[in-house]
Amino acid sequence: MSKKNITIKSEYITRVEGHGNIVVNVKEGRIEKCEFNVVESPRFFEGMLRGRSVFEAQHITSRICGICSCGHSLASIEAAEDALGIVPTGQTLQLRKLLLHFETLDSHILHIYLLVAPDMLGVKSFVPLLTTHNKVVRRALRMKKDCNELCEILVGRHVHPISCVAGGFTKLPGEHEIDRMLNILRGMRADMTVTVDLAATFKFPEFERDTEYIAMVSDGPEYPFLGGDIASTDGVRMSKKDYRKITNEYVDPRSSAKFTRLSRESYAVGALARFNLNADKLHPEAKAVAERIGLKPVCRNPYLNTAAQLVECVHCLEDAIAILGGLKKRGLNYDEQVLVGVNERNTLPVRAGEGVGAVEVPRGILFHDYQTDARGAIVNANCVIPTNQNIANIQLDMKKLLPEVLHKTEEEITLALEMLVRAYDPCISCSTHYLDVKYINR
Amino acid sequence: MTKPKIAFFDLSCCEGCQLQLANMGELLLDVLELVDVVEFREVMSEKWEGNFDVALVEGSVTDDHSEERLKAIRGRSKVLVAFGACAATGGVNGMKNSFDLEEIGKYVYGADHKSFPTRKTRPLHQVVKVDYTINNCPAYIPELVEVLKHILKGLPYAVPDYPVCVECKFNENVCMYERGAACMGPVTRAGCGSQCINNNNICYGCRGMVSNPRENAARDIMAKYNITPELIAKKMEMYNKCREEEKNVKKEHHH
Repeated sequence: MSKKNITIKSEYITRVEGHGNIVVNVKEGRIEKCEFNVVESPRFFEGMLRGRSVFEAQHITSRICGICSCGHSLASIEAAEDALGIVPTGQTLQLRKLLLHFETLDSHILHIYLLVAPDMLGVKSFVPLLTTHNKVVRRALRMKKDCNELCEILVGRHVHPISCVAGGFTKLPGEHEIDRMLNILRGMRADMTVTVDLAATFKFPEFERDTEYIAMVSDGPEYPFLGGDIASTDGVRMSKKDYRKITNEYVDPRSSAKFTRLSRESYAVGALARFNLNADKLHPEAKAVAERIGLKPVCRNPYLNTAAQLVECVHCLEDAIAILGGLKKRGLNYDEQVLVGVNERNTLPVRAGEGVGAVEVPRGILFHDYQTDARGAIVNANCVIPTNQNIANIQLDMKKLLPEVLHKTEEEITLALEMLVRAYDPCISCSTHYLDVKYINR
Repeated sequence: MTKPKIAFFDLSCCEGCQLQLANMGELLLDVLELVDVVEFREVMSEKWEGNFDVALVEGSVTDDHSEERLKAIRGRSKVLVAFGACAATGGVNGMKNSFDLEEIGKYVYGADHKSFPTRKTRPLHQVVKVDYTINNCPAYIPELVEVLKHILKGLPYAVPDYPVCVECKFNENVCMYERGAACMGPVTRAGCGSQCINNNNICYGCRGMVSNPRENAARDIMAKYNITPELIAKKMEMYNKCREEEKNVKKEHHH
């Protein structure tokens, strides 16, 4: 090993539900420090929820993250309904699954095009691509717009959804709106084919580390995003009620995001974890894409999370078309439309209770947990964010990766570390932001 | 003529307002033709060392670090824009101000809370001079485009100062009070096209209060629909909590 000295101190802003730092310190070829820390300005959402009506929780918690606001909404709604003893109808569940598909599609497309594509094409952002790959940028924005329109039709807007609430939907899509969604989705197929062709050319770094993958599983035939148990590739399976036994959150003072661990030092959630646990349940079109790009479970290369996202894009597109086809055939029951507010007319039952929501959002499994008092006000709240669950895992990946790339130039090392962080898609800004890396040779 | 140099920044927020730009789709490319985006962390790796013609800042000031950052951005910018509810009014971050800061810190982080110092949430204008304000949570794309046009032409933009009810009536919605839910529309600034009520939800007040709310009319509504002051006060806290600081500031100036 070379006796080089490296100090990487990325001291600024890579948002991972906040701000993150990469700190690397190599002295005479020996690694002294290799950390990924989150130093976000805390927003105290769990604290702020206390005393608010559980019916407002969806509105408030969707504001945790603009990119997966629909996912937060749905986790929040599930926790609220669980606490109050409200059982959603089959139609409501179908529409919620549809919403999750739209958001996953939207988020993955953004990640693949705006984050990964620039790295793969050797530029710093999509801006230079405007001149060199104008069609690619236009396609990305077109697909993004499609997803946005789909959410707009279904829930009023994507950031932050309006009509999905505890109790159901305040507005249900009309027949012509179902047709519009179907048309948009069918129209996206051509762009998706080209997207798969482009992504199939991406050369991902070769790197592996054995870790535990955690995702939702179910005994049904569906690739589960909503309504299932939580399982791991180490053979753990638990009900969502026991989520605390899975996440085992702990605080590290260097990081304002809490850390998590289960059977090992760390675990990973997200598209790759879902793929590793549920690949056999993917839509046949998605399975074909996985085969084409050579993605097989259990895959232990974190860089291939992006490849798993591509596979999920195809799955979500095709399954959304199938869900809408079913709804169109059966017709919607418009009597299910609800008007809730903060339930001031007590149209829905209210009780003291505790409820957990577990939803597979684009970046992995998300938990919301609320305790309510007899009036339906929140007494205690807990949210476990996918990105937080991945931080310890990212850090251990970095520790294994660094010695393997230590012979490379500082610039190459930095890029390898950045691309690793981005692969987890911690959040759009993190992923696309060039970490301010400083080298100080001593 | 050289294109104006534009930069985007975020303080404490969900970054949903910046995402709204991407949600404009290919229309974003038309906007990009008119400006030179020199810094935009959410989608760009490039950085700019010079000054900005226009800085759009999303999020609220919630700690000393973000205050320093904002002041530095102000110092480098000809025009500073409060971009979205968190920047304009404090947004949902303001709810934190209803709690004792040490207590809420302990609640979320336990014994380690001292590692994460926090301060009362403030919208940008309580810290620096703001030239343009884009309200709404998240920024409403039609208004966002409108404000950008005003900025590029050097014209002032006035946020509508009449209630959401005006737009809601144009959209022929049945009043939420008639339908059994308390709505913040009567006291909230319009400009959103009554988007939430069009989708059968209530107005939560994300655009902030009108400057001169009709208090008597509001009292009549509350009496007619049997709504308690506590319910409205609680709703007011969600997006308007930071106004309290303004009242204090005004009082101090007065003395």
